[in-house]
Amino acid sequence: MISKNESIAEMPKNKNITTKKKISKSTLNEWKWAYIMIFPTFIGLMVLNIIPAIQTLFLSFEKAGAFGKSTWVGLDNYKKLFQDAAVMRAVFNTLEYAIISVPAIVILSLIVAVLLNKKVKGTTIYRTIYFLPMVAAPAAIAMVWRWLFNSQYGLINYVLSIIGINGPKWITDPNVAIISIAIVGIWSAIGYNMVLLLAGLQEIPKDYYEAASIDGASPLRQFFTITIPLVSPTMFFVVVTSVISAFQVFDVIFMMIDKTSTALESTQSLVYLFYKYSFVLNDKGYGSAIVMLLLAIIMIVTVIQVKCQKKWVNY
Amino acid sequence: MKKSIKKLISVIAATVAVGSMLVGCGGSTSSSGSSKGGDVTLTYAIWDKNQEPGMRAMADAFEKKNPGIKVNVEVTAWDQYWTKLDAAASGGSLPDVFWMHPNQAARYASNSVLLDITDKIKSSSLVSLDKFPKDLVKVYENDGKNYAIPKDFDTIGLWYNKTLFDEAGVAYPTDKWTWDDLLNASKKLTNAEKGIYGFGAPMDLQQGFDNFIFQNGGQVLSDDKTKSGFDTKAVKDTMQWYIDLSLKEKVSPTQNQFSENTYTAFFESGKTAMGLFGSWMLSEFGANEYVAKNCDVAVLPQGKQRATIYNGLGNAIAANTTHKEEAWKFVEYLGSEEANKIQAESGVAIPAYEGTTDAWMKTQTKFNSKVYAEMLAYAKINPYSKETDKWQTAEKEALLKAFTGEASVSDACDEAAKKVNEILATEK
Repeated sequence: MISKNESIAEMPKNKNITTKKKISKSTLNEWKWAYIMIFPTFIGLMVLNIIPAIQTLFLSFEKAGAFGKSTWVGLDNYKKLFQDAAVMRAVFNTLEYAIISVPAIVILSLIVAVLLNKKVKGTTIYRTIYFLPMVAAPAAIAMVWRWLFNSQYGLINYVLSIIGINGPKWITDPNVAIISIAIVGIWSAIGYNMVLLLAGLQEIPKDYYEAASIDGASPLRQFFTITIPLVSPTMFFVVVTSVISAFQVFDVIFMMIDKTSTALESTQSLVYLFYKYSFVLNDKGYGSAIVMLLLAIIMIVTVIQVKCQKKWVNY
Repeated sequence: MKKSIKKLISVIAATVAVGSMLVGCGGSTSSSGSSKGGDVTLTYAIWDKNQEPGMRAMADAFEKKNPGIKVNVEVTAWDQYWTKLDAAASGGSLPDVFWMHPNQAARYASNSVLLDITDKIKSSSLVSLDKFPKDLVKVYENDGKNYAIPKDFDTIGLWYNKTLFDEAGVAYPTDKWTWDDLLNASKKLTNAEKGIYGFGAPMDLQQGFDNFIFQNGGQVLSDDKTKSGFDTKAVKDTMQWYIDLSLKEKVSPTQNQFSENTYTAFFESGKTAMGLFGSWMLSEFGANEYVAKNCDVAVLPQGKQRATIYNGLGNAIAANTTHKEEAWKFVEYLGSEEANKIQAESGVAIPAYEGTTDAWMKTQTKFNSKVYAEMLAYAKINPYSKETDKWQTAEKEALLKAFTGEASVSDACDEAAKKVNEILATEK
């Protein structure tokens, strides 16, 4: 009590200081704990993401010699980059892959999510089945698909031959291979995005649908006027992450397309080229320049998407 | 969620990596601490699990002779071996002694990652480089200095499927066979209905056309390693003949088929009756029931001259090891006749030491493997330079167009020569 009186008495004099001190003490404590709590993540981010990213940027200006001995070459790697037909082809391949796979991923996972949002028997089983590809190792998935796609001995062409269709050379025909890769990419991404969209769907109040059906709106109309607008924030997230991961496609190509395959030229993505230069040919400088180009492309596309979201996303 | 799982995994991986590094540090300090008492532990890094028992047996014999030195044999699979060794070389934490491969040797030696052992070999009573194949010793030389002692060698042989030969009524390959005999037999063996091909002619250098290039008197690289031989007539003729096997004569699956199913798989499943395979395939073929029962190996057919490609590993010492003397003692022992005999008896790799191959032949009961050792007499060293991986990749990329029939063989060979020359020019 006494101390309280004292402080009240003193208040007019140094009001500012005391309040500052009081706030800063508790805030400091809060800050301290906040920093302690985020410290492990921060360290992880720094060591595993940010520092390597900066090093990669520096590396892209160097000509990598053996065993970490590099020499500064300025923009040479970038000059070579923009004259390299293989890189330009890889940019095209990467964009092509994104254009084929992203719309399919978004539309199909939305359809699956809407269907699984209904009260049907065995939804849990279906949800598990759709999510399974997400749990399996990507390399194992690619190997299994590679067997399925085998033009001579594969299951897919066998089934097609039963119904009288001569199946294409899925992974060696340069015109078909990118579609085969997209099929695997779509198949393995649907489960994950479906779960995200499902969470978004379940936040939509049931009343809206009741009101709509009383007003006589068909289920299709309800889907386009209630479901789509209300799930659009989740969809935006799904689109952005799908585009980014489509640009980073590598493992499926690496596992499914042989190094001596005729289809490699028309399927190799930027990340594949990055891998080839950095780790097979030991030209880490040029590899880094390739990955910087990819970073720039992803950043531009993402900025465009964020700018455009006002047009279709309802918060 | 995907991101966070990825992050979680990477955090765990990092923790494990850091943890194992700490353990590694602890290990090395304790060993160097106890080295005052005379105990030194050497790490010997290899990549072939099949050869581990043989290497261990050599290390055991060495430990017996040199009390106070212990050897840890560490196996890292080929796919990770070079990534790991590269990182270790940049970080200065290489194993004391390790296997070297010809494709990488020049790069490691010229960057002083390997210990120069020229003088040590000269003053050694155990090791004499005259006992090893001359070209193989040269592979591990750089500027006239030696950086590794050859360990073993491998050559390429002609494998054939006896059952398919019997069914088609064709006589087995002999050492008199020529290119024409190979082609004629392949034609008889090919059975389009059953999907069986006479021969497997994939786009492969060491287990493919390089052998035939040398047989035709051609060169993959010029002697001074400044020019590709692919724009010469001898090489172009060879490539035309080799590519015709699949595209014109249709006695081999095409490269398109090989990129879906490996040519080893074709042979192991009885879809190709013949194929070229290196001696390192012996343990895999021996373990494969079908091949062990139905197949055997013969010398390569001859062109204008006899030739096969040979290659071999070497034992090298890290330049920055803290146990230079002990590491040299071990490598010296590995290069001795006694150690090579132990290696021979393990029966996996053909020892490089002159006169020890007989002991290896005795271990070979499943196949006629002795042809591999016999072919050394006229074998050519696998073409190499400082940047072998780079020009080999460029060469294959250029030749692919010929293997698919998109470009003429002559044009593709010219393109390959141009690309390879550009890379060789940057080496110096």
